[in-house]
Amino acid sequence: MGQTGIHVEAVRRIAAEIAGPAADGVDREGRFPHETFAALRTARMMSACIPEDLGGFGCGLVELADMCEALAQHCSSAAMVFAMHHIQLACIVRHGLDQPYFRSYLATIVAQQNLIASVTSEVGVGGEMRTSLCGVERQGDRFTLAKDASTISYGQQADDLLVTARSSPEAPNSDQSLVLVRKADYSLEQKGAWDALGMRGTCSPPFKMTSRGGVDQILASPFSDIASQTMVPFSHILWASCWLGIAKAAMTRARAFVRAQARAKPGTTPHAALRLARGASLLQSMRTNVEHAARECEALRGSGHETEVLSSVAFALKMNNLKVSSSQLVVEIVQEALQTCGIMGYKNDSKFAVGRHLRDAYSAVLMIANDRIYATNATMLLVLKDD
Amino acid sequence: MIDEIRAVLKEHGRLSVDAATCGERNDLYAAGMTSQASVNVMLALERAFDIEFPDRMLKRSVFESIASIRDAVKELTANR
Repeated sequence: MGQTGIHVEAVRRIAAEIAGPAADGVDREGRFPHETFAALRTARMMSACIPEDLGGFGCGLVELADMCEALAQHCSSAAMVFAMHHIQLACIVRHGLDQPYFRSYLATIVAQQNLIASVTSEVGVGGEMRTSLCGVERQGDRFTLAKDASTISYGQQADDLLVTARSSPEAPNSDQSLVLVRKADYSLEQKGAWDALGMRGTCSPPFKMTSRGGVDQILASPFSDIASQTMVPFSHILWASCWLGIAKAAMTRARAFVRAQARAKPGTTPHAALRLARGASLLQSMRTNVEHAARECEALRGSGHETEVLSSVAFALKMNNLKVSSSQLVVEIVQEALQTCGIMGYKNDSKFAVGRHLRDAYSAVLMIANDRIYATNATMLLVLKDD
Repeated sequence: MIDEIRAVLKEHGRLSVDAATCGERNDLYAAGMTSQASVNVMLALERAFDIEFPDRMLKRSVFESIASIRDAVKELTANR
């Protein structure tokens, strides 16, 4: 195990020993997985992707992906919250290091292990992340910002928020900035509940947010660059890693079920093993896709042409394809696991239960709706030659 | 060439400014051109100049201003 493998191993342990035992309760009660995050904070994992010279572990995308997968094998909600936090943090690490405010903010995260939530959704834009209605209102070196967010995952539990907004109230709605607002400087008014089919522990209700701060809390890079170079690839890869963990967990239960059947009647291969074989083949495709994308993205770091590749149409299409395919595969794989286990997988009180996995997996096609992504891809394919 | 580019932008760029008078180095994305609109601009430019943008040119920096579009079109029409 290399120096960096120890961090993944530490998260794996927290996943198995803390997130796993709590997962059914988190799901049933729709509550935040606070014990898992207490453990992750103690292990200093909230600053895992911050460079080592700033006090973090300097974990890259491949390691973060492994951590998300490990958590998701035991509690998908905890994994998704961990993924979303690191997506926000990566935006700051990759686009904010030239700004003194953000350098010192990263030191704060290292010291205090703050949890950052994302405020990209907005009532009235129809789920389009690259459009904002609200705008940053500047007065001298201060700003105010109010946003009507259709959902803020773990809004109530987060310390700080990273918010998209028009760079000024007069700017076109596609001219967006990314703004960090701190716990002491914002208030949230919850406008509804989060009683959902799955991913219940992410606690993602709608909120009305009002905030203020200093203009040095606005990232200087336009959000369009941050989105295409960091937020979108990190989201698709880390989300897909969470889904991979869900799929793997369901398959682990299916494997155990088939082994138990086989032991009961040695010499015959149980019928259910056919379903297991199909699931295993799908899982392999999914794993190959996700791991390849994470490694490809990581290899771009420091290659000299990272920005150019990340902002190309071909790369955007590739990331979108990863998202649509893995979000569908996770559902298919869990369904195979369910059919493998039969009624024992359907019953919630069985040790082969995969109901929670299936409900959590269904969120994947909706987190940025696949149909929206297909529409974007269809447009890109009008100009992409791929020759 | 610049006039034709401006005409394409006027029709397909969905800009919040007038494409006819917009500065050659102004950021078109900051002027409201969305990714979707930029694809339509690419398609219209390919038709207007009878060119095909190779995949290496399909990136934001190539379409971010009238000047950068002109440079790309010039490069693609140079050898004929």
